[in-house]
Amino acid sequence: MNLNAFVFQAVNGLSSASGLFLVAVGLSLIFGVTRIVNIAHGSLYMLGTYIAYSVATKLGGALGFWGGIVLTAILVGILGAIIEVLLLRRIYRAPELFQLLATFALVLVFNDAALWIWGPEDLLGPRAPGLTGSIELLGRRLPTYDIFLIVVGPAVLLLLHMALSKTRFGRLMRAATQDREMVGALGVNQAMLFTGVFALGAMLAGLGGALQIAREPATLTTDLNVIGDAFVVVVVGGMGSITGAYVAAVLIAEVKALCIALGIVDFGLFTVNFSKMTLVAEFLVMAIVLITRPYGLLGREQGAVRSVAEPEEPLRPATTATKIGGLIVLFVLIAMPLIAQGSPYTLVLGIDVLIAILFAASLHFIMGPGGMHSFGHAAYFGLGAYGAALLVKWFAAPMGVALAAAPLVALMGALLFGWFAVRLSGVYLAMLTLAFAQIVWAAVFQWETLTGGSNGVLGVWPSAPFESRPAFYYLTLALAALGVFLIRRFLFAPFGYAMRAGRDSPLRAEAIGLDVKRIHWLAFAIAGCICGVAGGLFAFAKGSISPETIAVSRSIDGLVMVLLGGLQTLSGPIVGASVFAVLQDSVMRSTEYWRALLGGVILLLVLAFPAGIVGGLAKLFARRKAAS
Amino acid sequence: MSDLVIRQLSKSFGGVRAVNDVSFAIKRGEFLALIGPNGAGKSTCFNMINGQLQPDSGEIMFEGTPLRGKKPRDIWRLGIGRTFQVAATFNSMTVIENVQMALISHASQVYRLWKPARALHRERALELLAQVGMQDAADRPSRELAYGDVKRVELAIALANEPRLLLMDEPTAGMAPKERNDLIALVKRLVIERGISVLFTEHSMDVVFAFADRIIVLARGKLIADGDARSIRDNPQVQEVYFGTGKTFKAEARS
Repeated sequence: MNLNAFVFQAVNGLSSASGLFLVAVGLSLIFGVTRIVNIAHGSLYMLGTYIAYSVATKLGGALGFWGGIVLTAILVGILGAIIEVLLLRRIYRAPELFQLLATFALVLVFNDAALWIWGPEDLLGPRAPGLTGSIELLGRRLPTYDIFLIVVGPAVLLLLHMALSKTRFGRLMRAATQDREMVGALGVNQAMLFTGVFALGAMLAGLGGALQIAREPATLTTDLNVIGDAFVVVVVGGMGSITGAYVAAVLIAEVKALCIALGIVDFGLFTVNFSKMTLVAEFLVMAIVLITRPYGLLGREQGAVRSVAEPEEPLRPATTATKIGGLIVLFVLIAMPLIAQGSPYTLVLGIDVLIAILFAASLHFIMGPGGMHSFGHAAYFGLGAYGAALLVKWFAAPMGVALAAAPLVALMGALLFGWFAVRLSGVYLAMLTLAFAQIVWAAVFQWETLTGGSNGVLGVWPSAPFESRPAFYYLTLALAALGVFLIRRFLFAPFGYAMRAGRDSPLRAEAIGLDVKRIHWLAFAIAGCICGVAGGLFAFAKGSISPETIAVSRSIDGLVMVLLGGLQTLSGPIVGASVFAVLQDSVMRSTEYWRALLGGVILLLVLAFPAGIVGGLAKLFARRKAAS
Repeated sequence: MSDLVIRQLSKSFGGVRAVNDVSFAIKRGEFLALIGPNGAGKSTCFNMINGQLQPDSGEIMFEGTPLRGKKPRDIWRLGIGRTFQVAATFNSMTVIENVQMALISHASQVYRLWKPARALHRERALELLAQVGMQDAADRPSRELAYGDVKRVELAIALANEPRLLLMDEPTAGMAPKERNDLIALVKRLVIERGISVLFTEHSMDVVFAFADRIIVLARGKLIADGDARSIRDNPQVQEVYFGTGKTFKAEARS
């Protein structure tokens, strides 16, 4: 480790910053004008790498490479316009949560589309014709292509700045970023403007992807990796700020470069391998920025966007019919081991469903009545699961102790993360919770000596008397039923009312003496704690736990479960989790393209059944009643 | 003795002095109107008293306790109720649950996790709703109410902590003239019955002159008049800010 290595990594970081900037600035522009956080932006970038690869290898030569980059940018731009016209136009007025989910559905669809077209192998593109050499810098070789990339970022930044200040389209974009309703009121064709902005943003993402093929192979994991980085950059720079995006891209790239340059450092008592901390470092930077400057380095507070969410019905205590129905379901569940004696797999599925219910119900607790749309609920599931598994691994703890520790570990995490999260709202809260979940995931993944890294923790089996499948099923059933019962109890108690009051109108809630932040913080902690139980049960049910099972996809699964059942009903998450878990087990495992299928289900939900299964049924029932 | 004393209160936004060196006081049981043209600083003044904005300088004392630096919820706990310019209730609750929520908060029972909230303070909530004439709508979802009724429910909520001072920011904004009169008459009655002091802003001069015990006038952040209805009506400075002097334009259209 010396100064030269630092400087070299810093220069190298600048070339990575350009790629980050290109994808982040498009995301930021789109958010500024349409107020939609386009999670599929990483997918557009990924498609850029694949398309540029195909053009470059099919045509070959300088024309194939450089012409391919231009062509790719245009094609991805057109794809962006198509997405805007076919999908986003329908959901501009939908609640934020639905917009996030719809664009996430596109991620799933595009990923499977790429798998179908280009196959699962990584594809390495040709080197850039004319820029294959390298120059010597501080005794190391720096490829000339990297120097080209260092220049591209600021060049695009400059071009965008000129376009925004000199052209009519640019002026309209800036106006719409400040107040899009006023722009509409002034007679500007909003549909064209939105399509144009989305196409421009997509084009930049495609360009960013296409430029990467000379450095890195095209792979199917690019989409989520890139969108993670892009989020961090946009949130750190400030949503809607172009210069902010560049500053943040440089900051993030340099922090990562610094981690790599530091390498393994011996602190005497312990050693830290900083090169493995890049993910944690990146999200830590974001968390710090969000806490100190909630709207990013160069961002401003966004004007409120009026979304027309369906008004929620007041809570009514369960009717006799509901109570009887609930009891019948409970009896069937209790009798399940007897009913399913012939097929032992039913109980395995039953345990999965019960854990999913506990997971979804705890997420719904903060999402529905609390109004906090957590995109990182997997964190508490993971803390519970790893808390229990690691106790077994390192201290040979009995199952009772490990299962009791699971909610406590998750509670600690939720108390810590929640304290920060409740200070934000809307997409910023969603991003921060996602960041915390990524920190947990990265810590688990990269701290190999403690957690076993990507191999996970093995051999976490239930101890007597729960080692038999039916016994463990009953344990799971008892804990899931208890969790759901407690959540319901809390929601009908003064605390649950105070949660909803804080969500309905924070201003009014404060004016009658409610400490909204504290209430929502405690709600966050309760949800995390109950989710930890689900995580602990999961570890013992599977006998093992790995980072894969607590990744971002689990958080998204939770969101889909809650929405599938219906956000505004108490039984929604239970129904949603059951349907989702069974679907995932049967339909989605039988096809290679289950991600696209899941994406299709999400899109269908968002576009056609925004109230979910229970909400939809309740509405249907109410209409029948009104008609008769 | 004065309930609320405000001394040399100032607040700037950028270069604009929204409230400039304003001082006044409210006596116990007084019905005080704060009037002034748009942009005079009324709402800024209000939001400083209820803790939503921090003043740049000056002090606000309530029964001898300084309010400066306190949060809205702490000011509420001292016995100051408020209603909002744009009425807001908790839309996912019934009318009575809205009032119960305030009563639960007043009784410091917010963090209870076990007993259902529906049963708590129901009778007291019904009483409060009866006082504003809304008891029949108790179990309706509050989001279904007409705007005038929302204002009444807001008043019931504001009375839940038995306030000694009530702050009402344009209580009749958006209401029909008849409704306006009814609401203010209702407030006036409650004030007399309970000995509450009220500070309210209002654009309807009919309401102000008919009901207020005393009127203070703000213009461009400064307090320009303080007195009863007659003296305010005859005050040339007040007339000037409301009607202009007629000197801005010269009559040119002659024939």
